Amino acid sequence: MFAALLTLVLVGAAFALALRCAERRLRAARAPVTADAIDALLPQTQCGQCGYGGCRPYAEALARGEADLNRCPPGGMAGVRALANLLGRAPKPIDPACGREKPPAVALIDEDVCIGCTKCIQACPVDAIVGASRLMHTVVGDLCTGCELCVPACPVDCIAMAPVEGRTPPPRPGAAARTQVAAS
Amino acid sequence: MRIHRFHGGMRLDLRKQAALARPIRPCPLPPQLAIPLAARADMAARAVVAPGRRVRRGEVIGRIEGAHGTTVHASTSGTVLAVEARPLADADARAGPCVVIEPDGADDEQRLPPIEDWRDAPRAALLERLRETGIVGLGGGAFPSAAKLAGAQPTLIVNGAECEPYVACDEALLRERAEEVVAGAALLAHVLGAARTFIAVEEAMPQALAALESALHAAPFEGAALAAVPTRYPEGGERQLIQALTGREVPSGGLPQDLGIVCHNVATAAAAWRAVARGEALTARIVTVTGAGVVEPGNFEVRLGTPLAWLVEQAGGYTARAARLLAGGPMTGVALPHDDVPASAATHCVLVLAEHDLRDAAPELPCIRCAECARVCPARLQPLQLLADLRADDTAEARAHALADCIECGLCAYACPSHIPLVDWFRRGKAELRAQAAARANADAARERYRAREARLAREREERLQRSAARRAELAAAQAPTPPISKDAVLAAIARGRARKRVPPPGGESGGDA
Repeated sequence: MFAALLTLVLVGAAFALALRCAERRLRAARAPVTADAIDALLPQTQCGQCGYGGCRPYAEALARGEADLNRCPPGGMAGVRALANLLGRAPKPIDPACGREKPPAVALIDEDVCIGCTKCIQACPVDAIVGASRLMHTVVGDLCTGCELCVPACPVDCIAMAPVEGRTPPPRPGAAARTQVAAS
Repeated sequence: MRIHRFHGGMRLDLRKQAALARPIRPCPLPPQLAIPLAARADMAARAVVAPGRRVRRGEVIGRIEGAHGTTVHASTSGTVLAVEARPLADADARAGPCVVIEPDGADDEQRLPPIEDWRDAPRAALLERLRETGIVGLGGGAFPSAAKLAGAQPTLIVNGAECEPYVACDEALLRERAEEVVAGAALLAHVLGAARTFIAVEEAMPQALAALESALHAAPFEGAALAAVPTRYPEGGERQLIQALTGREVPSGGLPQDLGIVCHNVATAAAAWRAVARGEALTARIVTVTGAGVVEPGNFEVRLGTPLAWLVEQAGGYTARAARLLAGGPMTGVALPHDDVPASAATHCVLVLAEHDLRDAAPELPCIRCAECARVCPARLQPLQLLADLRADDTAEARAHALADCIECGLCAYACPSHIPLVDWFRRGKAELRAQAAARANADAARERYRAREARLAREREERLQRSAARRAELAAAQAPTPPISKDAVLAAIARGRARKRVPPPGGESGGDA
């Protein structure tokens, strides 16, 4: 009984040692992932929800291995999966400390309320707001990334986020969905 | 000639006789036409007419610019009532921009000058003519034909292998107007500079084949050959037909042009010939109205923009058994929630099925991985694997499993013993892939704007610093000429002042006396 147990433990230990050595010696050489490659997967909202003040700094932190890959709510789970795939790490749910994944939206200025202070124009990281001092401002919907940075910048709270039609995916097909196949 | 086989496919019950029992009937003008500006979801034309404008048949009402540019034409004469979003013959009857025209009944037509001697005309002039007459693919894709003909290719396939059950518009066209199709094939071959032209029909269309034979005998052209392909759905799919005729497979993610082949539908060929030889714009197409749900099934020559409700009325209206309305055939068509949608260049069939034709009643069951879907898939995909990817919302994995190569033929869903709506999943997945690609492009553009903005802000900061440095230097320079005042100088000045008090300036008093 004791001899059998000892044998199993010894065999286990021998294999563990062998595996450990193999892992050290035979590790596949992996080219370091560049910040450019990571930046190409990020949504470029420059919203700073990750805590790094922009997409590029977050990409650099990820490349250095300092940041976690679940800190980008605008990228969503699809973005986390893409990062996990690139970095060879396991995907994990978005860090709630950074924010929630939301359906795509663009900023919309209530043009009757806007006082033309240009604060939102200065806040917009991607030049998607046009207007001049003491004249009405407006958001160019196609250029807006939905980063929400202009919302707190507005002193008269005239900016709201509006969901984008057509960018939200259609419902999942199910038993209730129509099928188009005729029986023969 | 040798006919090759493609993977998968199925023999289906064709059910085309009902629609072919009568000749092609012209559909009368409806009280109102809503001409879609976007026959394809990804290409919307810009309207070039305003409400109130009188238009003639064949007049340009919409235009798409660019390499894939084409035009949209008024399909009868009348008054433009509105340019607005109307429900289209699309999934869930989604709204899209339309030009609404009230016909005046005169049907006054405006034509471009015919190019009689097109064999001597330069290619560019013919391509321009196809663009200006709005010729698009009439097989259901509605892709601008001029864009497809832009490069010279050695092989042309004119596709009359209409393989989908019920749909019979191409067969009716071939039976009645084969000479137009042959003339169109000769024209397209000339534009492409093609050495070989196949005009393909199915073996199950003997009358169409005979009509084509006599038409080709009457007007032969170099390199032309007729081919009868076996009746096996989806034989008429572009990629499947190319494989059947040439034995070569269009690469994944590639186009037939990569193999030096261009494929055009027979109706497109006929429309192209009419555009060139007669100067007619694309304002009508043949539509099959059929199914157990219509009283008098048949093929109709329909003006683009005609409401399907009006069209079904011309076919005798709905029967008591009518249960579902489809735009397109039973395999690739989309179910419509109502019939107040217009026919577009992509509408080749209006199918009204009866209750006994449907099989939704069977509940959806779990996938048992029987792989029947993979056996029938003509694109050699693994639908069961794609389904698992999409159910897990893993579009990246679905893309890796070549979801984009799905031709949405509907066979996987038809073959599935668990009644899983596989095609619905794949349509949604493909839309998702397109949306992701668009989002990626937007993000890349956003990155460029962000970088440009950062550079601009840095430059402005730099300029501000330089300006303030320059201002400081200027101020310093302005103050510099006042040298420090020495004690001796002060004393000397005081001495000068005292001396002036004691000795009055010369000539001071003398001036006063004068």
